[in-house]
Amino acid sequence: MSLAYYLVLAVILFAIGATIVLVRRSAVISLMGVELMLNSANLAFVTFARIHGQPSGEVMAFFVMVVAAAEVVVGLALIVSIFKARNTTSLDDVNLLKN
Amino acid sequence: MTIHFLPALVAADEHAHAGAVAATAATGTAQWAWLMIAIPAVTAAVLLLAGRATDKWGHWLATAASWSSFAVGVAVVAQMLALPAESRRMVQHLFTWIPANQIGADAAWHFGVDVALMLDPLSLTFVMLVTFVGSLIHVYAVAYMEHDADRRRFFAYLNLFIAAMLTLVLGDSYAVLFVGWEGVGLASYLLIGFWNQVPDNAKAAKKAFVMNRVGDMGLLIAMMAMVANFGTVNIEQIGHAAAENPGSTAMLVIGLFLLVGACGKSAQFPLQAWLGDAMAGPTPVSALIHAATMVTAGVYLVVRSGPVYQASPVAATAVAVVGAITLVFGAVVGSAKDDMKKVLAASTMSQIGYMMLGAGLGPIGWAFAIFHLFTHGFFKALMFLGAGSVMHGMGDQVNIRRFGGLSAAMKLTWLTFMAGWLAILGVPPFSGFWSKDKIIEAAFAVDHFGGTPAPWAGWVFGMVAMLGAGLTAFYMSRLFFMIFHGQKRWTSEAEGAPVHPHESGVLMTAPLVILAVCAVAIGGLLSIGNVFTTWLEPAIGGVVHAEPVLPVIAIQIGTLVLVLAGAALAWKMYAASEVPTAVPAGSALTRAAREDLYQDKVNEAVFVVPGSALVRVASVGDSAAVDGVVKGVAAVSTGTGRLVAFTQNGHARTYASYVLGGVVLALAVVLGFRL
Repeated sequence: MSLAYYLVLAVILFAIGATIVLVRRSAVISLMGVELMLNSANLAFVTFARIHGQPSGEVMAFFVMVVAAAEVVVGLALIVSIFKARNTTSLDDVNLLKN
Repeated sequence: MTIHFLPALVAADEHAHAGAVAATAATGTAQWAWLMIAIPAVTAAVLLLAGRATDKWGHWLATAASWSSFAVGVAVVAQMLALPAESRRMVQHLFTWIPANQIGADAAWHFGVDVALMLDPLSLTFVMLVTFVGSLIHVYAVAYMEHDADRRRFFAYLNLFIAAMLTLVLGDSYAVLFVGWEGVGLASYLLIGFWNQVPDNAKAAKKAFVMNRVGDMGLLIAMMAMVANFGTVNIEQIGHAAAENPGSTAMLVIGLFLLVGACGKSAQFPLQAWLGDAMAGPTPVSALIHAATMVTAGVYLVVRSGPVYQASPVAATAVAVVGAITLVFGAVVGSAKDDMKKVLAASTMSQIGYMMLGAGLGPIGWAFAIFHLFTHGFFKALMFLGAGSVMHGMGDQVNIRRFGGLSAAMKLTWLTFMAGWLAILGVPPFSGFWSKDKIIEAAFAVDHFGGTPAPWAGWVFGMVAMLGAGLTAFYMSRLFFMIFHGQKRWTSEAEGAPVHPHESGVLMTAPLVILAVCAVAIGGLLSIGNVFTTWLEPAIGGVVHAEPVLPVIAIQIGTLVLVLAGAALAWKMYAASEVPTAVPAGSALTRAAREDLYQDKVNEAVFVVPGSALVRVASVGDSAAVDGVVKGVAAVSTGTGRLVAFTQNGHARTYASYVLGGVVLALAVVLGFRL
């Protein structure tokens, strides 16, 4: 299969993830969008690793997974604490950073 | 003006400085010369800082400090006299003030200011005058200021004045000189406005200060020109540079701006208007400013910068012309004033005019300018202190129309004042004769004008100087007769302020007597075998003899005749006939002279009014243009800020979209360049 297919798939995944982050109000769903974007990046990494025959891309993908795991932990913790304080997970209701 | 730097100026011809000998490092007593400045300076600081605690004895401490400086000065002079003439020039290096040397010894040029004292006959002459006359004034002031609650502060300022003046004359570079120059300006400001509870006195002090600043700018510009052209402000090195660059534009500029500085400090035309108002200070201050310190600084500056003026005949002629104008100007003003101290102030202006004239004539006049300055220092201090004694006896009155016939009531003051009067008139053999006549003779010997031969110059300068002698005789006699002779015109019971003239105490009369002895004898004594001019030779070179256009004896007789005529006229008008106590209308010239020949009005019209207009324009420009731009920038920033403020809405999703937008943009740019 040609390289282009993998990359196009990665772009589509990334676009879907980005759209989710930008469009959905729920913080939990937004986090899922982020995961999707990270996975698209991983796909690109692995693809390049295969094509160049070098393991560094795969190593990088592992790193991304680790970071993603950490991010989910922290992100979910934040969401839980925000929910406790405000009784909502809607991102539109959280605008403490305004101005 | 070309800017270039002279490397290794020190190695230049050692005798380039107009016949002055080369300086050597100070040895022996001379190494302690800095004490002369340090003692009064420290005393002033102690008196000012310790405050009221020193009220009881502060004045004696200050007087002792002044006498100590004199003692050190005498020791240095004694050491100097023991040396041969060619080694009578010593430099005592104290510390490096502005170390701005280039890195490396082989740098193209180097500039640095060292604080060093120049001990030579010229500076030591001033040291003697300043400390001796200054100390006598201290003693006098102890009694004169006895009833003043702030006597201690007064003495602190006096000591500050002495310290500053000694710094001025002892500094071996223009930078150190300038420190003293500003110091005397500050001290005079403090002293003139000493009784600042009266707004007029404060105003007079301010006027003196501001007009002096105008002159000081001249000195500063001259120093800048020195640095720009020669990379040094050391007096001796500038002297060498002058000898190597005769007729250069740089020397002309330096000379002219030094003259501006001298005009400000020495109250020379057109910067003389502050001197009359400066009489607002206590009388000992007037004596100190006029006789020993401040106003003599301009003459010192010009004579000290002699090589500069030799290298630039135009600047030298400018000095002589300024001196000649001021000499007549001061005499005319003095002839009309009714305020005793203002007559003396005008007289100082006029006598300093003589000195400037002498200083502008070059080597034929330098020594006599300093000689006249020296003798004048004694008799002018004497007359100011005498005037203070009269004020003391007359309930602080200064209007000579209300005096008259005081010779009986104040015998000692009368006799000592007479000595000063005869001295300033230049009657032989009193002091003034020996110095003033020499300047008049030198004026008759001028044969060039601004570097071009001019056979008429001797006649013009000579006649002006001679006429000045006649005018001096008239106004000084007028003053003398109106105070001490004629009918008594004292204020009476009917006028509410009766006076009971009485002689002053011994602390006041003793300095008068000492100064009177000097006024009588010192000129003649120092003229025997040209002691004084020979003494000055290592500093300013020998007196160059030039042939006056008239025989010397004719000049002397002519001057004497004019002096006698002036005095006789004054006797007829102010002693033999009745003097009205009310001010008569007088002629147009008299009225003008009473108003200082409208100098204040001229200054007002020429400088103050256009200056204020300029300031107003500038201030409008500032508020409209500058402030407008500044405020405009601020408004634009605020507007832009408001415009983009809505983007910060605090929504995570909006921020994420900015990030995405940024990434897409960056990607587009990168790809755009790639493809």
